[in-house]
Formats: sequence, C-alpha cells, structure tokens
Amino acid sequence: MNTTTNTNTAVSSGLSSLSLSQRLVAGALALLLGLTLLVGTGFAGDYRLHNGAHDTRHAMGFPCH
Amino acid sequence: MIRNLFAAALFAALAAGLLTAAIQHFRVTPLILHAETFEGEGGHSHAEGTAEHSHDDAAATTEAEPEEWAPQDGFERTAYTTLATVLAAAGFALVIGAVSMFANIPITFANGLLWGAAGFIAFSLAPAYGLAPELPGMPAAEVFPRQLWWAGTALATGGALLLLAKTRASWAIALAVALIVIPHIIGAPVAPDEPSAVPAHLATEFAAVTLGTSAVFWALLGAIFGRLNDLFAARSATTPLGATA
Repeated sequence: MNTTTNTNTAVSSGLSSLSLSQRLVAGALALLLGLTLLVGTGFAGDYRLHNGAHDTRHAMGFPCH
Repeated sequence: MIRNLFAAALFAALAAGLLTAAIQHFRVTPLILHAETFEGEGGHSHAEGTAEHSHDDAAATTEAEPEEWAPQDGFERTAYTTLATVLAAAGFALVIGAVSMFANIPITFANGLLWGAAGFIAFSLAPAYGLAPELPGMPAAEVFPRQLWWAGTALATGGALLLLAKTRASWAIALAVALIVIPHIIGAPVAPDEPSAVPAHLATEFAAVTLGTSAVFWALLGAIFGRLNDLFAARSATTPLGATA
C-alpha cells in the first residue's frame, strides 16, 4: 500500500518534473522515431521492407498488397 | 528522466513485441501461409488483373531487380516477422510515449490498460472497421489510398480518445464523436468486386485472430510500459538529485 503510494507520487512527479519545452522536445523525438519505425515496418513501398515485414503487416492490419 | 521514458518504451516494446510475435507464429502466420496457396488463383476471369493489381510495387521494382528478395520460408521468414513485429511495437510504444509527453498524462501500471485500450481502438479496431484485416490473395483497392485512410482514421480516432482523456466538456465529447465517426462516413477505399480463391472461413478466422492478437499486444504494451515507467520513476526518485540525466 505504502509502496504503491510512493510509486504513484514518483511517477507523477517524474513527468511533471519536466518543463514544457523538455516534454515537447522529448515528445517530438519519440514521435519522429516512432513514426519512422511504423512507416518502415508498415507502410514503406520498398520491396525489401515490404517482403521482410510482410507477415507482420498482415497480422497488424496494415494495408499490405 | 527523458532517457527513462525512452528505455521504458523500448523494453516494453521488446517484451510485448516478442510475446505477440510468438502468438502470430502459432495463430496468424499459418493462416497467411494457407491463404498464399490460393494467391494468383483468384477469379479466373480476372486472374491477370488481380496479379498485376496486388503486386503493383513489386512489378515496378522487378524490372530492375529480376530476383526480388524475400525471406526464405521457415526460420528466416519467422525471424524477419519477429523483427518486424518488435520494430512495429517499438514504433507504437514511442508514439504513445510521445502522446503521453505532449499531453502530460503519464503511462503508469494503474492506467496502462487504458492506454492499451486506446491504442487498440485507434490503431487496430477503427482502421479494421473500414479495412477488414486482409489476407494475401484477397481483392483490395489501391494500396496508397488505403494507407492514407488507415493513417487518417488512426489519427482522428486517437485524437478523439486523447481529447476525452483531457476533458469531458460537452464540446469535447461532440468533437470526439465527430472525429471517430467522420472517417467512416468518408469511407475506406472499396475493394473491387472480384472473386477470390481464398476460402471465406479462412478470411473470417483471420479477421478474428488478428484483432484478438492486436488486443493482447496492446494490453501487454500498455501494462508493461506503465510498469516500467513506475519502476524507473521509483528508482530515479531514490537516487540523489543530479545522478540521472
């Protein structure tokens, strides 16, 4: 019980300890990297990327063929 | 702190991605391989058109590359699928991590399943509502308009859920409903009405299994991401100030 309370406090202080500009920069970086990975695995037209990730695209519901 | 968030996202993606890849290996890939045995057989009257249509990109590339590379069936193909699933998982984790930072809503173990549910609705359920999970050899519209609709639907639906997470004002509820519904009013690109050799039972099983697997993936990703955030935050809270970046 005590641990949970501590953890929750720590987490909220974790994210809110960041300034707005820190959150924006970190968020933009994460978004850029995340979208690059998603485009590479799920959307890219290059046949090597398409064929390598083929089954994942179908399994994850990305438009494939 | 920022480093912790990235580490939590990537470790969660690795764990959720590997577990999902295992489920895919046993439940999803066999259906894809089965469907591929019918590929090219679809609709005898349209066989030529179907083949050309479904391999648009490949056809363009094969002119320069007579031997189109693809992983060998068996271990190599499984390895590539596992890698692609883990990388896609990392992509999804970083995207929800970014949303968490922009919106200033932490991902914790307590709300991890909610994040997972939102990810599932935005990236799996809403796109699948217009573009049903598709097996190789099934007729489908041009790929680019479908990708555009998929991405737009995920963005609009995700935006709606984020808005609801921030405020329940009546204007926000109205806007969220509009954002969720509009992609479906616009409508996904419609598949050509061509016969397919892929049996219907295979297609329905695939739709159910992929949506179920995605639900498991998102639940795992949200819960593990949140747990790791909690752990890292607790750890950095106990270390002296300035000890971590």
